[in-house]
Amino acid sequence: MPIARAAKRATVRLGAVVLAGALLAACGSGSGDSSDTSDSAGGKVTLNVDLFGSFGFKEAGLYDEYQKLHPNVKIKQSDTQDEADYWKSLQTRLAGGGGLADVQGVEVGRIASVTQQQSDKFQDLKEFGADKLKGEFAEAKWSAATTKDGKVLGLGTDVGPEAMCYRTDLFKQAGLPTDREELAKKWSTWDGYLELGKEYKKKAPAKSAWLDSVGSLYGIMIGQEEERYYDASGELIYEKNPAVKTAWDTSVKAAEADLSAKLDQWSPQWNQAFAAGSFATIPCPAWMLGYIKGQAGDGGQGKWDIAKLPGGAGNWGGSYLSIPRAAKHKKEAYELIEWLTAPEQQAKVFQKQGNFPSSTGAIEKIADAKDDYFSGAPIGQIFGDAAKESPVQVLGVHDQNVMQQLTNALSEVERKGVSSEKAWETAKKGVANVIG
Amino acid sequence: MSLTATAKAGPSRPAGTGPGPDDGRAAALRRTWRKASPYAYIAPFFTLFLAFGLFPLLYTAFVSLYRVELQTSGEMEWRGIANYTALFTDEYFWISLRNTFTIGVLSTVPQLAMALGLAHLLNYKLRGRTFIRTAILLPYATSVAAATLVFAQLFGRDFGLINYAIGLVGFDPVDWQTGTVASQIAVSTIVIWRWTGYNALIYLAGMQSIPHELYEAAEMDGASRWRQFIHVTLPGLRPTIIFTVIISTIGATQLFGEPLLFEGSISGGISHQYQTLGLYMYEQGWGFFHLGRAAAIAWVMFVLIVVLVGVNALIARRRARKEAGR
Repeated sequence: MPIARAAKRATVRLGAVVLAGALLAACGSGSGDSSDTSDSAGGKVTLNVDLFGSFGFKEAGLYDEYQKLHPNVKIKQSDTQDEADYWKSLQTRLAGGGGLADVQGVEVGRIASVTQQQSDKFQDLKEFGADKLKGEFAEAKWSAATTKDGKVLGLGTDVGPEAMCYRTDLFKQAGLPTDREELAKKWSTWDGYLELGKEYKKKAPAKSAWLDSVGSLYGIMIGQEEERYYDASGELIYEKNPAVKTAWDTSVKAAEADLSAKLDQWSPQWNQAFAAGSFATIPCPAWMLGYIKGQAGDGGQGKWDIAKLPGGAGNWGGSYLSIPRAAKHKKEAYELIEWLTAPEQQAKVFQKQGNFPSSTGAIEKIADAKDDYFSGAPIGQIFGDAAKESPVQVLGVHDQNVMQQLTNALSEVERKGVSSEKAWETAKKGVANVIG
Repeated sequence: MSLTATAKAGPSRPAGTGPGPDDGRAAALRRTWRKASPYAYIAPFFTLFLAFGLFPLLYTAFVSLYRVELQTSGEMEWRGIANYTALFTDEYFWISLRNTFTIGVLSTVPQLAMALGLAHLLNYKLRGRTFIRTAILLPYATSVAAATLVFAQLFGRDFGLINYAIGLVGFDPVDWQTGTVASQIAVSTIVIWRWTGYNALIYLAGMQSIPHELYEAAEMDGASRWRQFIHVTLPGLRPTIIFTVIISTIGATQLFGEPLLFEGSISGGISHQYQTLGLYMYEQGWGFFHLGRAAAIAWVMFVLIVVLVGVNALIARRRARKEAGR
């Protein structure tokens, strides 16, 4: 009891000293560099990191590690699952100029909008010496985040080399081969993939479709193309682009053959379906691995596998970390994102979550990586090959929105049996509405 | 005291003739205060209204005449009334207007009818009626987001409880998200669930102001409970009913949270099948970042609500006049 009281008194005294020190420090800084004053307790800097989907930093234990290395830094992460929702709220805050985190994630489909329309709202990372990192990143990754006048607005976290994820247990039940090499041969083309789907459908377990949604089929196919919705001069060309037409037509074929589970990507139903076995295959960019693990849970361990994608290599997605102009602790934020995107850390995220590194140094490190969750699939090799072979894509300002309108219209074919022509008209109307 | 002071000080001292007696000045001050104080008391509301009500309203009107994009909100391009005229040829605008109307009818009519019935039952002497009365207000106390998310699960196509129940009876599962009628019924259900209790309590309050003697008299004349309801309760409740109809109309026109969260889709389903005007405005403003267009939709909604409420009031007044003439 007396000991406790003494301890208490000591604590109070210590607290008073710390508080006084903090106050003095606050007075002393005067000039108003907010990083000194805003988080008074013990001079700790709280870095807010605002992300979408699954970047995997927390899961890979990177924040803990960084906080151990930098005891004065505390990292707080907020996360929105749906990128579209995330982008909406980010845009609102950028327009208002408040409530922005120190680090904001940017999806590759939005990076052109950042570099072309909002370069004044994001920090030029060259001011903190980002220049010296140029050689460490894949060329295309780096140049996409660079403005015409040379500002660097984001550091790349990952890229989205594509593959096909599938459920071996469902394949077995339907009497299909489960070996990834054999499957890659069977579905070397998209037609082959659809044919195998029809075979699956004949003997499939009840309530199980071949594919999750034609939206993800379309998404993965369009990722195999270099030129999609915009050409290099920034003109909208999706209407006459044969690549868009091919991806569209194949998706329509899959819908008309009733091969999909008719789910809406990112919807709660879609999430539930991962564990329920509602579909046997899902086109998966590398970052999807973490998502599958999250949704299918421990019960999916060892049931999944990964094979090479039909129709060649492609890239879907991948992200950047940026610092808004209005961020509170820009210098500390830069140090954090430089560390998070360094090869060692990117390699760790890949091993834990599957997000494929955009740093060339990291790619070497993970060449032999395997993933137990996916039946020990050689993910380093599968995604590494895809990353090497995938085309460098032309990015446009409204890439993400155009894609959303097209997949929306495809859902009409898939879920309502609307004809392809009618859905295409809907898509065009939708795109016109978006671009306004 | 102040009265006599005014009487003395008022006329006796012409303006500007040096310092008057102290009590005279105090009286003048008091007089001004008495005149001004009511304004001071209501000032907080009106200041807030000017800042957060009138100013946004006018600013929205101003913005609706320009092309403004959220990403480049500094650059405004004059469009005149083009944002409005574009709406008339915009198919999605008409779809959302129609949806707002159909969902409004689907939700308001059953909701008010059920509320009326509930209130009538609650008006009887029941055991534990305070508890029951509080309980029916509970859905209203739930947040829209929470309620909608739960309902979205219930209405799920593959794993939803409702489809499971339908399956037990032997019907095919319904795709509550995709079908136009189905999705609108689903959204209306959420609205009905949330607001029925609230309206029932308003009706109950109205019923309790109906003199008990009227019921006694009706009972003496041998009127059944149903007849009492038709001939005593309904006429007595008319002003309350008109009030709830107007409030529900405004609510239905602004319906937003339920359709937005039902599937998490800002376009109100893949073919806009349950997109309401409020949601369409949100999609234009915060989905596509066309602030000018969103502002135009907001104003159209505002005018629409004013017209609807006006029509409601007109009908109500004509009925009242008819009653008086009878």
